[in-house]
Amino acid sequence: MFEFIPNTPEDQRKMLAEIGLKDVQELFDDIPKEILNKFKPTSLEPLSEFEAKQLLSTLAQDNANTDDYVSFLGGGIYDHYVPSSIPHLISRGEFLTCYTPYQAELSQGTLTWMFEFQTMICELTGMEVANSSMYDGGSALAEAMLMAKNITERKKFLVARSINPHYWDCLKTYAWGAGLELIDVPFTEDGRLDRAFVQKEVASLAGLIVQSPNFFGVIEDLTGLKDAIKEAFLMVSANPISLGILAPPGVFGADIVVGEGQPLGNFQNFGGPLLGLFATRMSYVRRMPGRMAGRTVDMDGKTGYVMALQTREQHIRREKATSNICTNQALMALVATIYLAMLGPHGLRRLAEINLQKAHYLAERISPLPGFTLRFSGPFFNEFVVQSRKKPARILKALREDGFLGGIDLAPYGVLDGNNLLIAVTEKRTRDEMDRFVKVLKRT
Amino acid sequence: MPYPKEYRYTKEHEWVKLEGNRARVGITDHAQHELGDVVYVELPKVGKKVKQMEELATVESVKAVSPIYAPISGEIIEANHELASKPELINQSPHEQGWIALIAVADAKELDTLLTAEQYEQHIGSH
Repeated sequence: MFEFIPNTPEDQRKMLAEIGLKDVQELFDDIPKEILNKFKPTSLEPLSEFEAKQLLSTLAQDNANTDDYVSFLGGGIYDHYVPSSIPHLISRGEFLTCYTPYQAELSQGTLTWMFEFQTMICELTGMEVANSSMYDGGSALAEAMLMAKNITERKKFLVARSINPHYWDCLKTYAWGAGLELIDVPFTEDGRLDRAFVQKEVASLAGLIVQSPNFFGVIEDLTGLKDAIKEAFLMVSANPISLGILAPPGVFGADIVVGEGQPLGNFQNFGGPLLGLFATRMSYVRRMPGRMAGRTVDMDGKTGYVMALQTREQHIRREKATSNICTNQALMALVATIYLAMLGPHGLRRLAEINLQKAHYLAERISPLPGFTLRFSGPFFNEFVVQSRKKPARILKALREDGFLGGIDLAPYGVLDGNNLLIAVTEKRTRDEMDRFVKVLKRT
Repeated sequence: MPYPKEYRYTKEHEWVKLEGNRARVGITDHAQHELGDVVYVELPKVGKKVKQMEELATVESVKAVSPIYAPISGEIIEANHELASKPELINQSPHEQGWIALIAVADAKELDTLLTAEQYEQHIGSH
């Protein structure tokens, strides 16, 4: 075996001398000792395959997972059922790649499903053109913001405070580099966007960013928003499962629709890899980030698929590319394509209905409990915020002891005052599980 | 295709034709030939001010997206909107119907810094 470290001890010595250090360890001096000690790497001796597997499975048992726990966790990543046909199909040699093909003529299978993926995302979002996916919902939203800035040539954005706080961080990072101004739009008592606030800030606006259902699970009223902001961009981040029953954002005049595609048949994967969805209007196709598969005919008139509009991408146009993302999340997008194809429009609608009904079943049983109230009065999809008298940390501990991952304690996000728990309910949750969940809440 | 004697040219393959105190701008026959079939032109906004050799527009062909530079400084007073639906005009008629923008000339002396038709032909001949 070759060494994986590409530099020799002599190279290392020279590099350290250049920056004035004696030892590589000094590079890690910034990490506080108490943290370093807590995460001491397991001392690894050379092991046989059998021993290595045993060691890894022992370590993995320290994780709580959704096979052993009943999960009510959401906040952007959800515990939906993944049909076993998905791992089977994506493991086929024709498909198994996490990357975008560059040689179109050799990749007709991959390009075909990418084209189908884009078509389905357009149908779901009510938009005219979609790319073949991005890294995740957060980066897709940030790319939407940059695209709006490029087209409108303005720098002021209104961002609903009710969007996923992680997406907020992502927007802030992008905005810093691009010199954009982000203004928080507060939410009202029903958990929805404060429209009066939006009205006051329309002047020289580049775009308005909303999420629906928002981080609190509340469905935003998108009616008339585009009219209110005029030529500024309306950007909507949507949960694709919710679009099985909700009107697509395109109907409300959205200029860009993005979303997190994990709910479409992808596992929760420790929080990633995820799947960014991105769709817009045809007139903006040349300003759209990411990759796109296109359908054409060859010289014999036969259908063929290609990577379209590559000339605006980084590997050809360098620093003047539309975006520095010129890839997609191929394997996760393939999962979403198979998932949507298997469900079909009626199946997706039914799935969305089951999510909605189950979430409302649980909310109706929690709200009469002493010490618990629903935080918002606005309509919700498969997720809602419960305000509690006791600290969420205590409640979640009690739930964990009974085999439940009880939801997300919203305290660290600083968006809401008081004790708040974000609870998600997918089609996987049974009535029995929810009734037992409520019993534990009663006890706490 | 001949290079009109009354035009001036840049080494980057743009042409400019003076019409009174305005200048019509496009890309040369040589440039369109090198680019191949033009599929899209991103036109400059009317009212925008450009300096000589600043980016004016972009031309997208099946091979590449190329920046087009302003051969002369001034304010854009018109863009060739026919190119939006017929980008192929750049291939078919690069020096006439395929013009890209009309500029209100800020300083006509800048023309002296550009190539004559003869010099431009020498420039592309030496490539």
